[in-house]
Amino acid sequence: MSFDVPEDKRYLESHEWTSTDDETVRVGITDFAQDELGDVVFVELPSVGDTVTAGETFGVVESIKAVSDLYSPVTGEVVAVNEALFDEPELVNDDPFGDGWMLEVDADDPTGHDALLSPDAYAAQIE
Amino acid sequence: MIHDQARYTHDETKREPLLSEKDQTTVEIDDDGPLPADLTRDSVTLPSLSEPEIARHYTRLSQMNWSIESGPYPLGSCTMKYNPKFTEDVAADPNAAIHPDRAAETAQGNLELRYRLQECLGTIGGMDAVTLQPPAGAAGEFTGILIAKAYHEHHNNDRSEVIIPASAHGTNFATASMAGYDVVELPPGEDGRVDLEALEAAVSADTAALMLTNPNTIGLFERDIVEIAEMVHDAGGLLYYDGANLNALLGRARPGDMGFDIMHYNVHKTFATPHGGGGPGAGPVGVVSELESYLPTPQVKQTDSGAYEEFEPERSIGKVHGFTGNWLVLIKTYAYIARLGDEGLLDASAKAVLNANYLASQIDLEIPYGPFHHEFAATSGDRDAADVAKRMLDFGVHPPTTKWPEMVPEAMLTEPTEIETKRSLDSLAEAFNRAYSDTDEAIESAPSRTAATRIDQASAARNPRLSWHALDSDE
Repeated sequence: MSFDVPEDKRYLESHEWTSTDDETVRVGITDFAQDELGDVVFVELPSVGDTVTAGETFGVVESIKAVSDLYSPVTGEVVAVNEALFDEPELVNDDPFGDGWMLEVDADDPTGHDALLSPDAYAAQIE
Repeated sequence: MIHDQARYTHDETKREPLLSEKDQTTVEIDDDGPLPADLTRDSVTLPSLSEPEIARHYTRLSQMNWSIESGPYPLGSCTMKYNPKFTEDVAADPNAAIHPDRAAETAQGNLELRYRLQECLGTIGGMDAVTLQPPAGAAGEFTGILIAKAYHEHHNNDRSEVIIPASAHGTNFATASMAGYDVVELPPGEDGRVDLEALEAAVSADTAALMLTNPNTIGLFERDIVEIAEMVHDAGGLLYYDGANLNALLGRARPGDMGFDIMHYNVHKTFATPHGGGGPGAGPVGVVSELESYLPTPQVKQTDSGAYEEFEPERSIGKVHGFTGNWLVLIKTYAYIARLGDEGLLDASAKAVLNANYLASQIDLEIPYGPFHHEFAATSGDRDAADVAKRMLDFGVHPPTTKWPEMVPEAMLTEPTEIETKRSLDSLAEAFNRAYSDTDEAIESAPSRTAATRIDQASAARNPRLSWHALDSDE
């Protein structure tokens, strides 16, 4: 099976993605991650104004199979959370890189996430 | 199939109505009571049914469920044992039901039973002293870790970490965390056991305790237990034994002899008392002599004159439950031990191990790790373990635990326990093999013969209906 690994994202080994544009970056989980988890039934996210730290947990995703921690690819202040996920957690399955996004973070170091995995490196990891 | 006779058979066209659907009778209320008028009503509508109708309703609901008295229930790591009825008779003896505040001299028989049970459990586990107070296995774990914490604090030894293998029961992590410790998770070694190098890396002057069960969660005996104990003790830590898998060792090997300092006994698994449904259970805790003074209060001792009395251990962590804990459960435990005796307990552990190994030899699924004792983790390979398990329900048995522990892909963690005969193990094996070799279509739509057929788990979790009001809002 092959999974979507968009070129305009950077990745964590723990299967989170972050967009690469501007200081405000979006964070979510990958196509591979949603497939491994199966039907997502609950997503717990921080509040706007909270701080997230690169490599540390920012929330929890629960599927019918497992409960998993979510790790932040960047450090910064949360400026938006995808509240749609509270009512429709299935968006994470349906569109993990689009409507299933989780956070928008005002990243302290907008270039820091270049140190994350490239699309090629992440694709190799999940092969 | 073998277990069909008393089984509920699914029928799409029939379902058991709610009591309120069977009857609605409105009763006028003529009451001049003291409540204000805006808090009272003039009539109430309730089902009005005969006693047989109600008995049949609840019997039918119970038949729609599964229990150890319906058929085999090999839920790995849970040890779903049948509990012999004589233990219920003993617990129902009116002499057992005495007020816990009665004067010791008028309750000598009950105190003697407590003392003897402390002694029996101590002998079985190789522990020097035992508290009967914790009301469940998880409460036993918590009590044990509180004792470890009190011990370290008494020695002015500030420690912050508890080491737990990744495959351990979730309660171990919760226990350590509730007691205020950071959890250090130990990855499994290649052979499925504790990896000594990983343990060496994890152990430090911060190690308060290592929590371990032996045999481990997939039934493997930790052969290096003596070295493991040495490593933890050399670092000043304590060794905690999770009694979840004591059935495999009963009468044959003792945690105390392996170097464990604290342990709990799951009396519902290893001895007798109904399991599940929220209890009540009991989780006695044993400790080595160095930790005896920290046990919860009260303990029972025998005086020089031969009488029995309660006492408070010198540095007791206090109470973890009222009085003796769940007293009637403890009576059943003692009744079971006394009835079986040394020979019977040896037989129980032999059969727990023999049954798991016989069943394993009869099923077509691969079992990656061994040799195993009282349980094994088979893998359903490229078939979904949950689908195979659901298909097993159609063949009249309860399936094993699925997809856990994660060290075995598509795991089917199976523990038939000592209670099953060759006949029922054969029916279990047949259910395994038929489900495993069934068509994709059959397993992906299973179960079809149970009271509730294939459940849409995602919808159930996303839109939980948690009260009868939800039925109304559906209309």
